[in-house]
Formats: sequence, C-alpha cells, structure tokens
Amino acid sequence: MKKACKHDLPALVFLFALLMLWQLGAMRMDAAYILPTPLQILQKLWELREPLFTVHLPATMLVTLVGLAISLALGLGLAVLMDARPFFQKAIYPVVVASQTIPTTAIAPLFVLWFGYEIWSKVLVTVLITFFPITITVYDGLQSAKLEMAELLLTYGASKRDIFLKIKVPCTLPYFFSAIKMAIPMSIIGAAIGEWLGAQSGLGYFSRRMMTQLDGAGVFAPIVLLSAVAMLAVALVATLEKKLVRWRGEF
Amino acid sequence: MSILRFDHVSYQYPGEAFNTVDDLSFQVEPGSFHCIIGVSGCGKSTIFRMINGLLQPKSGVIEVNSAPIGEQTHYCGYMPQKDLLFPWRTVGENLALPLEIQRKCSKAEQSERIDAALEEVGLQGCRNKRPDELSGGMRQRAAFARTMLTGSDLLLLDEPFSALDYFTRISMCEWLLGQWQKHKKTILFITHDVEEAIFLSSSVLVVERTPIRALREIKVPLEYPRTRQDLTRPQIVELRERLVELLRKQVSV
Repeated sequence: MKKACKHDLPALVFLFALLMLWQLGAMRMDAAYILPTPLQILQKLWELREPLFTVHLPATMLVTLVGLAISLALGLGLAVLMDARPFFQKAIYPVVVASQTIPTTAIAPLFVLWFGYEIWSKVLVTVLITFFPITITVYDGLQSAKLEMAELLLTYGASKRDIFLKIKVPCTLPYFFSAIKMAIPMSIIGAAIGEWLGAQSGLGYFSRRMMTQLDGAGVFAPIVLLSAVAMLAVALVATLEKKLVRWRGEF
Repeated sequence: MSILRFDHVSYQYPGEAFNTVDDLSFQVEPGSFHCIIGVSGCGKSTIFRMINGLLQPKSGVIEVNSAPIGEQTHYCGYMPQKDLLFPWRTVGENLALPLEIQRKCSKAEQSERIDAALEEVGLQGCRNKRPDELSGGMRQRAAFARTMLTGSDLLLLDEPFSALDYFTRISMCEWLLGQWQKHKKTILFITHDVEEAIFLSSSVLVVERTPIRALREIKVPLEYPRTRQDLTRPQIVELRERLVELLRKQVSV
C-alpha cells in the first residue's frame, strides 16, 4: 500500500496542481454557468446524489454493460474467425477498419430514429465505438502465438483445438485485457454520447438537461461521476489482469 | 533392425530451385547416440523436421521401427533449440503437455509420471515453480524431461544446449550422457560444435554439403562412460581436426 502510494505520488501531486489551477481560474472567472469550480461540482454531486446514483448511473451502466458484452462477443468471434481462416481475415479486416471511419456522433441521431429512446440506440453507439479495438487487439493476440510452440505441440500429436486452447488462448490473454481496458472508457463514452443525443435517463441525458438550465456544475457532476466509474472499472480489470497474467512480455 | 531408416528421401522447400535433401538414405541402430554435425543452414534441421512430421518429404520413405511414419503417432520426442517452456504454465504443467495431448493416462498417473520425471532430471521441488524462476541449465533439463515424457524411444535433440554458456553446456553434455546410458533411448543430436559431437556420440554423422545426398559416418573411438579428459587423447584430437577440416571445406564452398 505504502509502495503504491509512493508510486502514484507524482500523478497525485500533478492532479492536485491541475485542480488547484482550475479552482483558482474558475473563481477568478466567476461564471459558474459555464465554468464551475471543482468544489462547486463536488457540492452539486452531493446535492444530486439521489437521482444520479439511483436513476441515471444505473441507466448508463446498463447501456455500457450491454454494449460491452455485445462488443466482446462480436470482437472475440470476429478475431477467432479471422485467425482461423485467412479468407475471413481478407474479407472482414478491411470492413472492420472502415467501420471506424464512420463519424458515430454524426449518425447517432439516426439510431434514435431507428431504435427509439430505448437502450438499443445507445447500445449501438457503444458497440460501434468499442468492437473495433477489441477485434483488432484480440486478433493481434491470436497472431502473436509463437509458431515454434505450435510446432512442438504438433510433434506431440496435437489437434487444432489443442493448439488453440493451450497456446493461442494464453498468448491472447494479455492482449484481451488491454482490449478490455481500452473498451471500458470507450463504452462509457459511447453510452454517454448516445444518451446526450436522445434518451429519457442516463448520465449523458442528465448532463444535457443541466445544460439547458445553464447549470454548469450540474453539467460537470455526471461527467465527473462517469470518469470515476470508468477509472474504477479499469482499476478492477487491471487488478484481475495482474492476478491472471504474470507472463506479459516474457516470450 | 534399425529404429530409423531413410530410404531415398528428398525434400525441396517451396520456392527453392533445388532439393535441400536429395535422395538421402541412412539408418540408425536402436540405443545409439549420433550427432549430426554441419555448418549453419546446411539442412540438418530439415532432416529432423521430416522425421517429426513437420515437413513432408517430396519423395522417399522414412520409417521408424520398420513402419512408415505417416502411419504412426508419438514415435519420436523432439526437443528444439529453445526450451519453449510455456511461461503461463508451471514447470509441472509444462511437463504435462505431451501427456495431456496423448490422452493416454489419467490425471493421477500423469502427476506420478511428472514427479518421477522431475526427480530424474534433478528438478524435484520445482514442480510448482514458473519457468522464469529456473536457470538456463534447469530449463533445458525440464525441457528434456518433457521430451522424455513423450514416451518415445527415438529422441531428436536439435542443438538443445547451444544457447547455454560454455561451462553449463559441458555439464549438460555429461548429464545427458548419463541419462542416455540409463534409459537406453536412441538419440539423434544436432550440433555444430565439433567437440560436443565427439564427446556425446558413438559416431558422428557429417553433413558435408547441401543438397544433402549422404551423411558421412565417422566412428568415435571412445568407450562409455566418457570424461572430458578423453577429449585430449591424441586420436581424438586428430579426429577433431579432421572434422573441423571437413566442415571448413563447406564454409569455403
């Protein structure tokens, strides 16, 4: 614990300095409707804790989790397919890359028209944003499996399934965790963008509503909450990764 | 009866203009220890990769225990230059790999055999260690134990000690000879170290040129067990110089 604190000290000092700068700058500017101080935001977070934590945070988390689950299933499936058959790699890879050139925020309002104000329009935004890094990173992981390891197992009489389970899966695990760590904040952003454009609940929706009321601290409060949740989730995944993947960069 | 027989075997790599192995015939007696020696890139490993089934000959037949290798599985144990211990598995789990793939014995039996193999190579107590906790020599011994667990009588060792430092390599060679004498396996050992080849093998198989059309067999006039001092005998020093000359000719070509 002590070691961790020492390790994070420079980051904490820098963050504190930035917040101080923000606090002083905002106080000097004295226009809370466009730039509230960090203290005002915290105060607002406390005042609005009930709707934020009981209604809007669960709504955003639902969209995030459903979107992330779909992205994972889609990304893993496509990556395995591309790794197994060069034909699929040739067919799918360019389309996956091209999908990233779609300006998601620009077409997201269309999703609201197609899927309404239910969660699916937001889920689609989340999936569009996150399935690409998951697919590409996991595919790279599968491709990183050493040929000589597979050859060794082949001399033992291994089947394709043996090679997949005993080499490809463990080789991919570090990449998989990198993909998840990237996808979590992106999926939360995706959910918030979706809600911003059209929703009945959620932190993105709440933030936008506060904007119409010229409540600067109210706009920032859900954003701060979103960031905190994303950081917590990434930290949890990183802890799990440390326990499960101890061989990163060893071969 | 031979344990391994090459009968007019040829191999050509895709895109190459000529055969790397061309109409090669030779055989190996059971329980013998042969080193295949040749300069880098001469095609020594191609011979191994055909025996272990990773490459398919263009023509000819390879037999192990008088049956074509295409009709058999688990007929040879292969140990490559790198130890290839999987970093995500403990030492014991690495040794379990051939047993898991062969699916011939129960978990309990696997565990017993792994313990016995670890003890055999002096790594008792290392079962739950991770490969990165072992020294270079220990890793090679673990890899050798894994090769032994394939249960095959024919072992193909492809420069297994070349990445080790000189003194560890000497110890490993002595240790390997002890293992060979104890288990009476047939060992084919690829090396480009003349001294190592003489110390280990009953006869050295020299790859003189590529394409490989023949392996020149040169007997080593030494009895087992051997010591490092044996290498200072005049006829062994002479043999070493002869082998060096044979190989240097290939480099100058």
